[in-house]
Amino acid sequence: MNTARLVLNCTKFACYPANINCRRRLCTSQYMMSRHSHTKRIAGLDKNVWVAFTSVAADPSIVNLGQGFPDIPPPSYVKEALAKAASVDRMNQYTRGFGHPSLVKALSQVYGKVCERQIDPFKEILVTVGGYGSLFSTMQALVEEGDEVIIIEPFFDCYVPMVRMAGAKPVLIPLRLKPGKKQTITSADWYLDPDELSSKFNSRTKAIIINTPNNPIGKASVFTREELQMIADLCIKHDTLCFSDEVYEWLVYRGHQHIKIATLPGMWDRTITIGSAGKTFSVTGWKLGWSVGPEHLIKHLQTVMQNTLYTCPTPLQEAVAQGLLLNLKMIDQPECYFSSLAEELEGKRDRMAAILQEAGMTPVIPEGGYFMLVDVTSLNQDLSHMDDDDAYDYKFVKWMIKEKKLAAIPVTAFVGDESKKQFEKYIRLCFIKQDSTLDAAEEILKNWSKI
Amino acid sequence: MARRLHASRTDGVDKNVWVEFTKLAADYKAVNLGQGFPDFSPPKFVQDAFCNAVSGGFQMHQYTRAFGHPPLVKNMAKFFSRIVGHEIDPFEDILVTVGAYQALFSAFQALIDEGDEVIIVEPFFDCYQPMVKMAGGKAVYVPLRPKADGAILSSGDWVLNPKELESKITPSTKAIVINTPNNPLGKVYKTEELQMIADLCIKHDMLCISDEVYEWLTYDGAKHVKIASLPGMWERTITVGSGGKTFSATGWKVGWAIGAGHIIKHMKTIHQNTVYHCATAAQEAVAQGFEREYEVFGTPESYFLQLPAMLYHKRNKLAACLQSVGLQPIMPEGGYFMIADISSVKVDLNDKRTEGESYDFRFVKWLTKEKGLATIPVSAFYSPEHSKEFDKYIRFCFVKEDSTLDAAGDILRKWSQAQ
Repeated sequence: MNTARLVLNCTKFACYPANINCRRRLCTSQYMMSRHSHTKRIAGLDKNVWVAFTSVAADPSIVNLGQGFPDIPPPSYVKEALAKAASVDRMNQYTRGFGHPSLVKALSQVYGKVCERQIDPFKEILVTVGGYGSLFSTMQALVEEGDEVIIIEPFFDCYVPMVRMAGAKPVLIPLRLKPGKKQTITSADWYLDPDELSSKFNSRTKAIIINTPNNPIGKASVFTREELQMIADLCIKHDTLCFSDEVYEWLVYRGHQHIKIATLPGMWDRTITIGSAGKTFSVTGWKLGWSVGPEHLIKHLQTVMQNTLYTCPTPLQEAVAQGLLLNLKMIDQPECYFSSLAEELEGKRDRMAAILQEAGMTPVIPEGGYFMLVDVTSLNQDLSHMDDDDAYDYKFVKWMIKEKKLAAIPVTAFVGDESKKQFEKYIRLCFIKQDSTLDAAEEILKNWSKI
Repeated sequence: MARRLHASRTDGVDKNVWVEFTKLAADYKAVNLGQGFPDFSPPKFVQDAFCNAVSGGFQMHQYTRAFGHPPLVKNMAKFFSRIVGHEIDPFEDILVTVGAYQALFSAFQALIDEGDEVIIVEPFFDCYQPMVKMAGGKAVYVPLRPKADGAILSSGDWVLNPKELESKITPSTKAIVINTPNNPLGKVYKTEELQMIADLCIKHDMLCISDEVYEWLTYDGAKHVKIASLPGMWERTITVGSGGKTFSATGWKVGWAIGAGHIIKHMKTIHQNTVYHCATAAQEAVAQGFEREYEVFGTPESYFLQLPAMLYHKRNKLAACLQSVGLQPIMPEGGYFMIADISSVKVDLNDKRTEGESYDFRFVKWLTKEKGLATIPVSAFYSPEHSKEFDKYIRFCFVKEDSTLDAAGDILRKWSQAQ
């Protein structure tokens, strides 16, 4: 392995000296044995926006619209299914490594219906520890030094460190806001420039990662069918893979449709589609996800799985299987959780947007997902007294947590250095929260201008 | 697709003995003494804890602290501090992982770079080798060998040769991996043996990865000793443990690594870029388990005494059964596996499909298909360079209901009578 090349190829990721880890490493150097330094693969990867902000927001007096998890309860039948599973002896012991049989069969039925194709439960599916674990297995299986991976900004923050940990080079391309003044901005006003995207592909490009619905912007159908087709055409032309992170696939709002890029012609054989039980059933703490794709790709993910954690928890998988089968029966009906959750969230989305607009901020109305970007430029908040090294949005969020007791996530955590200026006036709010949380947020926002 | 797709780190690590043999056992509906998991339930108090967690507040179903659910790490720090003899910081010195398997993976990824050498003591739990390989490291093997004198009746008779071990250390040696109690042999390393290893770790500035998932399962007065508790070892040891083995709930996949903060922090970096969080409810249940065990530690109420007591009888029962049919068991001092010498058994392994495989692999497949009894071949736990020396042993798991052990006994008796 060429170390110099590795270093040169590494994209500089955000480094915030305010981060505790830097200081701690210097302090403990006296205890470090000469040989006990970390491996090259994690150089510069120790910083993480979640580690920094979630502990701050764990203070119960702070209204937390930061990290993306529901504070509404999951549907009772999944909890019941879990309790029932755990009462069966066999369910407390190891199950099949690549996925509990009842779960992979249920997944093959659900996605078989959605994709309109036969999906082999044992060869074309891998169950993982959350969507996160699927992303990791995919990168480790299919990406290595010498590869380039195209990532669209803003991106869920783990994509870049995972690509780097696999030894490859992230190549970033930002979504851009369509010019022109508009009363209401939606995620559909953000687009990928076709020529710019095309210029990012070359012979070293191994894969492009897409996330639809997108976190944090909420762009769904990433993108219209035309945009997906444009990406597909490039993948086919350059013979690249596509990693499609679709964890929010069921959370698409009226007037929009989730389209799976794997269903476009020529794409099944080169796409890994990632899903999440945590996002599907509002049980992020279950940490179950899956990768669906052609056997010749999934088998490498399975190899990674058997050499990393081997198998996922059994009773949780059984419960998710039951939840999927139940909803599959009702899939075209309003009671189906896949649709009822989206409907519930649409109301919260609209309420959140209205409150923010009244407070003088500019929300970007998402077409999908449960996050909303908010442009805070018009507030003209003076933060010159704060740490100069932080981008504006980091400063704004820290200030807002301290002064307003409201937590959000800074959006520059989701972009590379070159795009920071474009996004540093945006913060991300999560709206999959119960009414009392949104009420509390409304109180804060209503009284924003009062000292 | 025209181009090569998979990353080279997956080359040579695609074969897996468990995937192959558990499928075989299932296909032939064999009495399964192969893969190591209990066929009885976890103790009631942890099952109840899990049910309480599941019906608890909404937080039980959402993300918890990434590096370990606070109640769990706090209870573990409290519990293990008095055993290790070191004040363990719950937030700096512990990482909770998806099973001990992921703790091992995180350790290798965090600390082993391309070209680093890792000493693995054989027989070894099979995943160490592919994990070292996937991290770009080079595995160097040192076998436990039966003592030359007298009958080899116990796992305690298998020992390391200190000179042989030291001869394998080079300037590139980053770490040594030990497993005590050992899978598959059942050896429980004595303090002197661990001290010998510790002395070498300190002399050559090596790390020690100590896989102690079976730490509570010791028999005949053998004592489990933590190498991290020896002088000079806390700051260079990663101790791996398992909720699944501790509480007979392997399907919960809750494991951990405990060690000095300056080492654990690198494993945290791996963790936050691989799975990031572990399931909340299972961690809550294991936390309750540790709280309860802390209160009853050393008393007859303790599951950590009850489980080994229960397994002791099963161990003896299985050993007697194997002896009665001419198989020679090596009595394990710990763990829940027993290996038996099959060299004196004469069978006609006339199966073209397994030609070319090592003797024990062929024997195990034959035993599964022809007799309906599933076991695991022991050469799977050896390096390619030494597996030929150790291909006359098969591994039995005895953490099974008596009815399962009885069924196995019946199969073996019928077979020996037929001979």
